[in-house]
Order: sequence, then C-alpha cells, then structure tokens
Amino acid sequence: MLTVILIFQFLVIKQPIPDVVNLITGTLFIVLGLTLFIQGLEQSLFPIGESMAQAFAQKGSLFWLLCFSFCLGFSTTIAEPALIAIATEAAKIAQNEGLLENSTTTVLQYALGLRITVALSVGLAILLGVLRIIYGWKLQHLIIYGYLAIIVITPFAPKHIIGIAYDTGGVTTSTITVPLVTALGIGLAKAIKGRNPVTDGFGLIAFASLTPIIFVMIYGMLL
Amino acid sequence: MIEWLDHFTQTLFATAWDILPILLIILVFQLVIIRKPIPHFKKTMIGFVFVLVGITCFLEGLERALFPLGELMAQQLTHSDFIAPNASPSETPWYAYGWVYLFAASIGFATTLAEPSLMAVAIKAEAISGGTIHALGLRLAVALGVAFGITLGSYRIITGTELYLYILVGYGTVIIQTFFAPKLLIGLAYDSGGVTTSSVTVPLVTALGLGLASSIPGRSPLLDGFGLIAFASLFPIMTVLAYAQISHWLNRRKSSC
Repeated sequence: MLTVILIFQFLVIKQPIPDVVNLITGTLFIVLGLTLFIQGLEQSLFPIGESMAQAFAQKGSLFWLLCFSFCLGFSTTIAEPALIAIATEAAKIAQNEGLLENSTTTVLQYALGLRITVALSVGLAILLGVLRIIYGWKLQHLIIYGYLAIIVITPFAPKHIIGIAYDTGGVTTSTITVPLVTALGIGLAKAIKGRNPVTDGFGLIAFASLTPIIFVMIYGMLL
Repeated sequence: MIEWLDHFTQTLFATAWDILPILLIILVFQLVIIRKPIPHFKKTMIGFVFVLVGITCFLEGLERALFPLGELMAQQLTHSDFIAPNASPSETPWYAYGWVYLFAASIGFATTLAEPSLMAVAIKAEAISGGTIHALGLRLAVALGVAFGITLGSYRIITGTELYLYILVGYGTVIIQTFFAPKLLIGLAYDSGGVTTSSVTVPLVTALGLGLASSIPGRSPLLDGFGLIAFASLFPIMTVLAYAQISHWLNRRKSSC
C-alpha cells in the first residue's frame, strides 16, 4: 500500500512527498491498529459469535435465532458510515435529476429511506443465510436466483439508481460486521449435525451484498 | 499535540458509536434470551476494547498517511493536463490513460491486502479448513480480483459504456465457474466479494472514480462515478473460484504422480 503510493509519487508524478512526518507516524499507527484489531478479534468477536450460535442451536428456538440474525444485520448496517455517505450522495443525484423537490428535508428523507431499505435488506439477507445453514439449502442455487432477480429488475429501474444500487452491495459489510457474521455462520454450521463448517459456514456475507442491490432498485422504482 | 489528541478521541467516539448497536444486541440476546452469562466475560471485554482501539488507530493512521496522498494522486493522475497536455480532451483515446489503469490496479491490489475484514475471514478460513486453504493465497487471489475489477471499472468510466452489461457478463461468468469449481470453496468465494470493500478500499476507490468522472468530458461525476465498488465486489468472486480450481487441480496432479 505504502510502496504503491511512494512509487507513483516519485516515478510518475515526480513531486516530493508533502508531509513526511505525518506519513511515518500514520504508517506506525496503521501497523499498531491492525495488530490490536487482529488480537481483539481472536479474543472477542470470533468466540462470542460462535458461542452465541451454539447457545441458540442448543436452545432449539428458531424464532429467536432468526430474530437475532435480523437485528444483527439491520443494526450494523444502519450505522455504517460508508452507507451514510453513499445515501447522501444518492439523494443529491435524485435532486439533480429533478426527482425531488429542492429542499433539505426531502433530501434527508430520501437518504434515510435509502439507508432503511439497505438495512432491512441486510437483515433479511442474514436471516435467509441462517435459514439456509439450518435447512442445508444449496448456496449456489440461491445466489443464482438472486443474480437472475437483479438482471430482470435492472432494465426497469430508473437509471440514476443503478450505479448506487450495485455499489451499496459492497459497502454494507463493515470491518466489525464481517468477523462477527462469519463466526456466527461457522458456529451454526459446527453446532448443527450434518453441516460442514467450510462448505456451509460461509455465505452469509454473500447474501448481505446481494439483497441490497435488489431492494435499492425497487426503492428507486417506487419513488 | 492537543489538536491531534482531540481528533483521535473524535475518531474513537465515532468508532464506538458504530460498535454500540452491535454490542447492545449481543448483550440483550445473551442476557434476555439465552440467559447465560457471557463465557470469559473479562477476556471478551478486553478483546472488544482491543478491536475498538485497533480500528481507531488504523483509521487515524490511514487519514494521516495514505488518504491525503492517495486522493491527491487520484486527482493528479486523472487531471487532463497530465493525461494529454496537447490534445483536446474529447479526442483523447481510452489507451492514453495508461497510468490511470496502472494506478487503479495497484491501489486495488494494495488496499485489499491491507483490508482488516479480509484478514479476519482469511484467518478463519485457514483455521477451519485445517490448512487446505492458505490465508495469504486467499488474500492474494482476492486482491488480484479487486485490482482487475477496479481497472476494468476505470475503463468503463473512461469509455462511458453501460454498467449493466459488464455486471451481466460478470454474473454469467460466476455462474458458469460455480458449476466447475470444487464445492468446498464456493461459499468462501461468494463471501470474499462483499468482504473486500470496507474501511480502506471504499474511500480511495471513490476518490479515484469521482476524479476520473469529473475530469473526462461528457461524464457526470454523480452518475458515472459510482460503480467501481460494484466491480471490486464482483471480480474477487471469479478470482477466488479460479484459485480454488487451480489449487484443486494442482493437488490432484500431485497426488496422481
């Protein structure tokens, strides 16, 4: 990462680095931060995700497990900073296109509506992913249906929303959500008989980056 | 120094605010529904603090060292004076943007290798697969995918072609690959698409996309600037599936010899 920037700065743009001190301290911070993050991951997020998955499996209460998965997906997405940034940007586009009245409240409402749409779809995605692990559905079938839905909906969606819709799929999964959700899936696959953690444990995040695309396009069509 | 400390605490609070809903939900479900105390409570809490401080330091470092430089470079490289100083902008052919493609590829590759959430998934994958999946190999495969995706995405912005067509072809390729890939890695491959784009990649890639779209005549930054992240989350699926296929094939050849 650092090397890439340095090489380009010296060889291509041929200008000296503006601020060497900040560059060095910043790099030290990055290394320190990553080390702490990985340490904390192994101590907290991984074990807690797996232990909760096991506790739910033992309790045998499907309803609460699904409730938990939905809440986890919804709450982590609604607070995601990258999503907030993109939603605001999208609202501005809609205004430029003349779809929204020229006032701040409508823009804010549009952005909030978009965030709630994405958060709902991520909640549903995690829920669906958990159901898949429990019933042992084939991941590739569900993904292919998802792709087909996207392909069918896209021609009907308004043009300005398509780029944003495709991008929201990638933005939703943050640095804290990913380890927790991965641990949850693997924990479930371990706890349920007949499931292989490698083949069945993954896939939750795949859903979480697929459903927002569909939902955001529908949101764009409804407005 | 005081100013810096102030900024650091601000980032810390912002990160804490992001973690708060997750922490709340975990606590509520653990105490009300499961009704068991959290195992190794102290250790878990210390781990949480580590994660919090770790992400804060990481973001702080990125903001100090790499973001200003990366964004500046994305702007400089996409500026029309740099690309074609003498030609009129509308006549610039797509291949005049060589440095932009190279920059897009290397920034995609490097940021993905540094992505913390990808590290988390790679560690987990190596641990549960009993070593048949290598964490570094997986990360390299994903990083290559992102590099290729962002390069192609820049090409799309420069030529102004339809995003839909690329995504359509991409989905088709993924579906075909899925039929031939070893079943073991399919879930992991699909996941790696969403994992790649978070704290490091998104800001830099967005800067590149917006810079490109605003310096090329006829492109609207708001309409064409988006879409790079979509590419960055589609192509890793293909490269990881390919990685799975190749390592599967190598293993088989080794065992048959």
